[in-house]
Amino acid sequence: MSEPQHPRTLSEKIWDAHVVPSSLQEAARGEAVEGIDPEEAAAILAQRPDLLYIDLHLVHEVTSPQAFEGLRLAGRKVRRADLTLATVDHNVPTADRDKSNPDPLSAQQIEVMQANAKEFDVPLYDIFDIRQGVVHIIGPEQGYTQPGLTIVCGDSHTSTHGAMGALAFGIGTSEVEHVLATQTLPQAKPKTMSVEVTGELGPGVTAKDVILTIIAEIGVDGGVGHVIEYRGEAIRSLSMAGRLTVCNMSIEAGARAGLIAPDETTFEYLEGRPHAPRGDDWDEAVEHWRTLVTDDGATFDRSIVLNGAAIVPFVTWGTNPGQGAPVNGRVPDPGGFATPALQESARRALEYMDIEAGTAIRDIAVDRVFLGSCTNGRIEDLRAAAAIVEGKQVADTVQAMVVPGSGLVKMQAEDEGLDVIFRDAGFDWRDPGCSMCLGMNPDILLPGERSASTSNRNFEGRQGPGGRTHLVSPEMAAAAAIAGHFVDVRELL
Amino acid sequence: MKKVEKVTGHAIPLNRANVDTDQIIPAKHLKRIERTGYGPFAFESWREDPDFVLNDPAYGGAKLLISRHNFGSGSSREHAVWAVEGLGVEALIAPSFADIFKNNCMKVGILTVELPEEDVDYLMARSEELPDAGIEVDLQAQTVRTTDGSWERPFEISPFARWRLLNGFDDIGMTLAYDTDIEAFERQRPNRLPVTTAD
Ligand code: SF4
Repeated sequence: MSEPQHPRTLSEKIWDAHVVPSSLQEAARGEAVEGIDPEEAAAILAQRPDLLYIDLHLVHEVTSPQAFEGLRLAGRKVRRADLTLATVDHNVPTADRDKSNPDPLSAQQIEVMQANAKEFDVPLYDIFDIRQGVVHIIGPEQGYTQPGLTIVCGDSHTSTHGAMGALAFGIGTSEVEHVLATQTLPQAKPKTMSVEVTGELGPGVTAKDVILTIIAEIGVDGGVGHVIEYRGEAIRSLSMAGRLTVCNMSIEAGARAGLIAPDETTFEYLEGRPHAPRGDDWDEAVEHWRTLVTDDGATFDRSIVLNGAAIVPFVTWGTNPGQGAPVNGRVPDPGGFATPALQESARRALEYMDIEAGTAIRDIAVDRVFLGSCTNGRIEDLRAAAAIVEGKQVADTVQAMVVPGSGLVKMQAEDEGLDVIFRDAGFDWRDPGCSMCLGMNPDILLPGERSASTSNRNFEGRQGPGGRTHLVSPEMAAAAAIAGHFVDVRELL
Repeated sequence: MKKVEKVTGHAIPLNRANVDTDQIIPAKHLKRIERTGYGPFAFESWREDPDFVLNDPAYGGAKLLISRHNFGSGSSREHAVWAVEGLGVEALIAPSFADIFKNNCMKVGILTVELPEEDVDYLMARSEELPDAGIEVDLQAQTVRTTDGSWERPFEISPFARWRLLNGFDDIGMTLAYDTDIEAFERQRPNRLPVTTAD
């Protein structure tokens, strides 16, 4: 790895700093790999993707059982249990946790996580640990997620952690096994993309509206193969919670990862967190973190610019996160889309969602409201929603629930009395987990039910078979719970 | 890992764009802790429609599946690849695939063949019309052809990935050959980096 002279983007800097340099001649390496002709190996291994060192590996119960089983079968150990952290989030019930789990398969998956953590010495935030929660909430909350790190997890929303200037991406179970065994991952270097949001966001316009607007703009495959770096004044002025929301949904644009360069907002958020550096280490770390910016003159493979001042509260009407519209807009006519594929996809979406083209978004009535997930399950999200809900009542036609992102978020919210505000208004107040974001536990939509959800995916059946999901910000979800249909939250401010 | 050289057979034309992993395997089937047995649940909700292509017995035993752009978008669940594998499908053809899904296919040994839109149009129409029309993906030659020999196209794959699949090499085994380098890298990591075992 020679010292690069050219100006680099943030993503390239973090990448370069984590490539494990190869000391041996590739031919010699060939001999070390069983059954490879050394000459052939030399030629081919020279084209091997970079071997990337992983600083932090987050693990949860759904995508890890087969990986641990693979280790067991091959007689391998976890190389760096001290860089690995497990929790249970996808399957956990959000009510009556002290009773036995009503779903034997879920219970088994949680038990397997517990057993694997024990067998392989991996630290686990277990179901009754106050630190338990959605894996992408707890990393930043504990201060494990830090600028400049490489972070992976068997979960596509690992992109969340990029909000703190870490290069973080989702991996599959085979790769989980690979990281457990080697603490590295062979990876092709992604391309880079700049998404700049200029100007100032209007009142009542949130990070969620920003990212939904970006995805509608670039499409659900607009970021494929790229790491998106979010830049510009509107991004800079977001709180840490807002930045986490933006980066969380990078994968919804198909991106490999999302990144925001660390700054004072990041340092302030991190300082004093349980696993953030302390004392001299803190000073040294901050000094290093300040270098984690895209150099002047560095070029991105692709760049787009959006006007932040023009962004308004957004609601998805379709079955992918790119199918959305401003709250005061109407559901578009599928015939108006640019390509036959987009037209067909919009037609299918409207049929599934049971909505007519031309319907005013505000006229869409909802049956359920879900506040939570790794996108919007942080304390700031709950505060914002509570401010809308306070002193009001959930509409008779709506069933609404709040699922805090972690045990600590829940505790904090209760300290602030938010639980009382939500309960008084008629919301269910639940225990932390993924819950209705993906419907693996009993929190699901019934067929035909329609939700306003603060989560990240509105795919067919995502929140339960036959369920219909509209993605919105916490403020918009809260307002919809009260009104029974979508309303422009700016009118309530 | 098993070796992959050629995939020959007829193809399921799944004429939809942005097929997401929640459709390929719904979340409720992710509770299983096994690596196999997902085939029966693949595309479960779409299969409720009697006209859905997978319900057409003419496509039974297909070894290939043709779809539209951004196939496999959404969640990182490798279960989606295991579900495709469980259907007996060994190669996928589409204009583009989602990144994580594509990586996962590579690990499992399912070929993802990216072809220009018009070539996908051709194969899609052909398999829709003639369900038993044969297609062959030849990894050695890096080509896709119709088995009647009338049509052939090259496809791209990184030389390393191709070599790995042709030989069926275990990825972890290969990385472990770099163990001394990984150790050297670890020695120069700053001490202030977080560890999860310090309580
Ligand atoms: S909250 Fe939803 S998106 Fe986030 S990790 Fe859980 S299931 Fe995945």
